[in-house]
Amino acid sequence: MLYREAGQFKTTYAEDMAIFPISQDRIALAVLLGIAFIGVPLLATFHIWPFGSDYLLWAILLPFLILALAAIGTNILVGYCGQISLGSGAFMAIGAYSAYKLATGVHIPLAWLGFAVSIPPLPVLASILLGGLIAAGVGILFGIPSLRIKGLYLAVATLAAQFFFDWAFLRIPWFTNYAPSGSVNAPALDFFGLIVQSPIERYLLCLLLLTLMALLAKNLVRSNLGRQWMAIRDMDIAAELIGIRPLYAKLTAFAVSSFIVGVAGALWAFVYLGSWEPLAFSIDRSLQLLFMVIIGGLGSIMGSFVGAAFILIVPIMLNLIPTELGVPLSTETITHFEFIIFGSLICYLLIKEPHGFARLISIGKEKLRLWPFPY
Amino acid sequence: MRVRDTNEILLQVEGVALSFGGVRALKDVSFNVRKGEIRAIIGPNGAGKTSMLNVVNGFYHPDRGTITFKGRTRDRMQPFEAARGGIARTFQNVALFKGMSALDNIMAGRTLKVRRGLLWQALRCGPALREELEHRHRVEEIIDFLEIEAIRKVPVGRLPYGLQKRVELGRALAMEPDLLLLDEPMAGMNLEEKEDMSRFIVDVNNQYGTTIALIEHDMAVVMDLSDRVAVLDHGVKIADGTPDEVKNNHAVIEAYLGVAH
Repeated sequence: MLYREAGQFKTTYAEDMAIFPISQDRIALAVLLGIAFIGVPLLATFHIWPFGSDYLLWAILLPFLILALAAIGTNILVGYCGQISLGSGAFMAIGAYSAYKLATGVHIPLAWLGFAVSIPPLPVLASILLGGLIAAGVGILFGIPSLRIKGLYLAVATLAAQFFFDWAFLRIPWFTNYAPSGSVNAPALDFFGLIVQSPIERYLLCLLLLTLMALLAKNLVRSNLGRQWMAIRDMDIAAELIGIRPLYAKLTAFAVSSFIVGVAGALWAFVYLGSWEPLAFSIDRSLQLLFMVIIGGLGSIMGSFVGAAFILIVPIMLNLIPTELGVPLSTETITHFEFIIFGSLICYLLIKEPHGFARLISIGKEKLRLWPFPY
Repeated sequence: MRVRDTNEILLQVEGVALSFGGVRALKDVSFNVRKGEIRAIIGPNGAGKTSMLNVVNGFYHPDRGTITFKGRTRDRMQPFEAARGGIARTFQNVALFKGMSALDNIMAGRTLKVRRGLLWQALRCGPALREELEHRHRVEEIIDFLEIEAIRKVPVGRLPYGLQKRVELGRALAMEPDLLLLDEPMAGMNLEEKEDMSRFIVDVNNQYGTTIALIEHDMAVVMDLSDRVAVLDHGVKIADGTPDEVKNNHAVIEAYLGVAH
């Protein structure tokens, strides 16, 4: 009864093409953004429940924001353009290490040419965005095979990217500025003189970037480029015959996706981890991102958020619930239970709704429009 | 706006041969399409009709022969080139983008007319938004024309077959083509749907002046709609002319009904 679009008449195409054409959706989004941008910081500043400690910010909200961003990037490639990728972790790593190199100064000794290329350290924000751009460039390079190979074979090619970059960042000391342990430390997060340090500041930084990039991604997928991606995904032959060039469509999808994933990688390293090893961006991360978009909903920006939340929060809940109930379980048992429950939950969900949470939500909305009368 | 009386040749196919392994799908076929006409290609199953269309819009590359479109002669077309040159196409078994709405499918047909690039589309303001609205406006005209207003937001996978065919025609029209290739536009339709589709085909030809080449099995439809008919059998053109000429052609009757022994 509450969720009705009756009486909301669109008189222009612009109104009809808005992201949220139904006013109830707009109100819900405004409330959500209000809570995220104003409510959470206020609660956290005054340490009011549930922000009594920084646990919620550090362990849940911060990783959620960054991984949701990475999931949006992955969803553009896998969900919208239909190119299966197992290399998202590698592109996060490229974003992270490129940003690290740019922020600490690049020095390329070209001894055999008799000179060296040196770039002075760049500001943090520029490093993060350029890190994303470098990831986009590498993404285009690894997207080229997609013009010839499809489906599982492409997945194997992107898997190769994953293993190659895992190896490169571990074994080539230049990337880690010759750190003996192979672990690197992020530079101070200096944004035009404003030092981002406390959890809430980090949270706001990520939230701001996520909101902006989610909006840009949403704009892209509902514009012509997004339609080209989906056309390639749904039927590439017909797409070609209406004048879509597979080369352009696929490579832009790889570029945009890798850019977003690269920026997320840089944020993960700089803002969340602070110091990291290549292990942070291993194949596990790629699979985690892939699960997020599959469970959240392929081809849905909102699905990326839901998927990220689900994958992050369910294991934490599974950990917390036995403790809260006072069931004495050893840590190992809990970890095993986590795997069992989590795995079976994913299987169940995919059987019941292969299009993920996004489809469940849209079905729910359709039902809600009619509720409580079935006509 | 009927322009079918001109004798200007829009498409000339000359001596095209095509084979798949040992199967010779087309053997030295020549035919032309005049600007503004409705041209039909008919023939029994396996005669090479669809292969012929596929050669014209670059999906198959012929072994021999040339294709002259708008005065430019080529040995082969590339699909993208054909699309940019103004050749649009529908398929025998609907080839829509299943995950997208009817509206998005038709909007995708405007791809070649979009001028603004990636960054503008991401910002979606100013010129990019104006352009998007212009395309929406054109697409809505097509939606009105095809009378599919009610289903514009429905994912095409959920639509019945007849409507899917109509959406596919809409997507082809959104390209504003000079030559429209229709591969069995009425296959699997009931009488009412066939009548609707026939009306759309004649209207497209009349209102937009689009030249149409179509493959169809329903002889009544073909004889009523088309200005000229080419008949293929076993990869060879056995007759070509007005519907009346073709109807009385001896070779055509033999191809369809068999020879008396």
